[in-house]
Amino acid sequence: MTEILVLVDHVDGAVRKPTFELLTLARRLGEPSAVFLGSGSEQAKDSLAAYGAEKVYVADDPAFGDYLVAPKAEALAQLVESASPAAVLIASSTDGKEIAGRLAIKVESGLITDAVDVVAGPDGAPQTTQSVFAGNHTVTASVTKGTPIITVKANAVSPGEATGAASVEALTVSISDAAKTARVVERRERQATGRPELTEAAIVVSGGRGTGGDFGPIEALADALGAAVGASRAVVDSGWYPHSYQVGQTGKTVSPQLYLAAGISGAIQHRAGMQTSKTIVAVNKDEEAPIFELVDFGVVGDLHKVLPQATDEVNKRKG
Amino acid sequence: MKIVVCVKHVPDAAADRTFDDSDHTVDRTGVDGLLSELDEYAVEQALTIAEAGDGEVTVLSVGPEQASDAIRKALQMGAVKGVHVSDDAIHGSDAIATSLVLAKAIEKLDYDIVLCGMASTDGEMGVVPAMLAERLGIAQVTLGSELAVEGSTVRIRRDGDVSTETVEASTPAVVSVTDQTPEARYPSFKGIMAAKKKPVETWALADLDVAPDHVGLSAASSAVSATQVRPPRTKGEIVTDEGDGGVKLVEYLATQKFV
Repeated sequence: MTEILVLVDHVDGAVRKPTFELLTLARRLGEPSAVFLGSGSEQAKDSLAAYGAEKVYVADDPAFGDYLVAPKAEALAQLVESASPAAVLIASSTDGKEIAGRLAIKVESGLITDAVDVVAGPDGAPQTTQSVFAGNHTVTASVTKGTPIITVKANAVSPGEATGAASVEALTVSISDAAKTARVVERRERQATGRPELTEAAIVVSGGRGTGGDFGPIEALADALGAAVGASRAVVDSGWYPHSYQVGQTGKTVSPQLYLAAGISGAIQHRAGMQTSKTIVAVNKDEEAPIFELVDFGVVGDLHKVLPQATDEVNKRKG
Repeated sequence: MKIVVCVKHVPDAAADRTFDDSDHTVDRTGVDGLLSELDEYAVEQALTIAEAGDGEVTVLSVGPEQASDAIRKALQMGAVKGVHVSDDAIHGSDAIATSLVLAKAIEKLDYDIVLCGMASTDGEMGVVPAMLAERLGIAQVTLGSELAVEGSTVRIRRDGDVSTETVEASTPAVVSVTDQTPEARYPSFKGIMAAKKKPVETWALADLDVAPDHVGLSAASSAVSATQVRPPRTKGEIVTDEGDGGVKLVEYLATQKFV
């Protein structure tokens, strides 16, 4: 059976949702093997089995946490050389893409980043779909050299459960001194907000310049809908909301079921981050705002009035 | 401190970007090009570091003839010299081949720090800095939202998906910076005039000992089988708030089963 490697994205053993999506996609291509680097594999094993991982390769080395990216790329390269998988799937996260880039050079293989879909092509090899140029074009591609290395965006597929054996195989990896040059001297976990994570949420409520810096109405509606909160670049540049919530070309790309943009004009850089959302709704005072060209439903009005009323209405309907 | 800053000439993101029908490469002729906005942050950081000590900034670009415009912009901002790697064989190169050409060019230059933007505004892969560190065998200190250089130590703040990290390394290092670093300066009139006299060397693949069959579309390790224009979203219903805008909004959300 064709083996597909999936690099597990986790925080001390707590597996992040995109990994389950990768396992789901991997099953279309062959038999998924999870690759767990770092500590906490015992905690992760059951959830990896629940999404179909037949094998779980485990390697732990202090270098994975102490140094940036390079040690993980080295360990993964050693596994690719020994296991000769048919493909490697990695989450399109900050670290994931850089690990993939280094891996591609090491094992002299082709790399495709930010896939929004992966299927088995006519020859059985992975065929990817990417969304490019601010979401205005889609590209179908495949790797033509070596072991296909593919990074996949969050929400490419709904995670589907399937029982896998998840038999653990301990890996012996050797991390070179050359990979231990960029030291992580401090790591601060981001504070939990109690809301879904932006890139994983089914609904996102975003605020722009029109909020005037008051995110109260945005957060209240988000909480009523069980949504994540997003922000435009103008908001982040003004220091009104943290950068980790920025949606757009240089922030996060989201593709939720529902994207609600309030007080956001809809510049191309913002559209790049949300244009592939299934349903788009906007509230803006300016009826000429470009965001209205994209929406399924729009309200021309002041978000400080429309959003609180909508929040009350949602809460009323929820009873 | 010797800094090489890598820049890319890209089609203007505000224009109607498209692909060449014949080979699925980015159409670079039908659209005005410019220095990638995200690379301006790298130029700015390079100049800031150089000005704080006894530094010198060289700007490096791989690309067709028009890429000289991107180099000139960086020279106008304050870089002292430029290197333009241009060769017809490079057309259609993927990130793997581009990083090879950049690495070979960097090896010919004298450097302590290689500075890059976080991604190009056209390909947007964001992997070239990591690939350069891999190829050059030096530290990767990437995606810095803040950058500080003290002596031979570089330090960044890296905003990851779940945590914020402080990452430190000794030079030589490949550093990339995000758009959270300070906005780039505008070239001054004096800078624009001075740039005209600054040297720009043009190198071909032969100058870098890179075989032409290792780059370009034919050497690409992935192949595009189709590009499609996404059908434009159709504009839906727009209502004006007359005191009931919030209720109407929720009524719509209810029809779509979100409430």
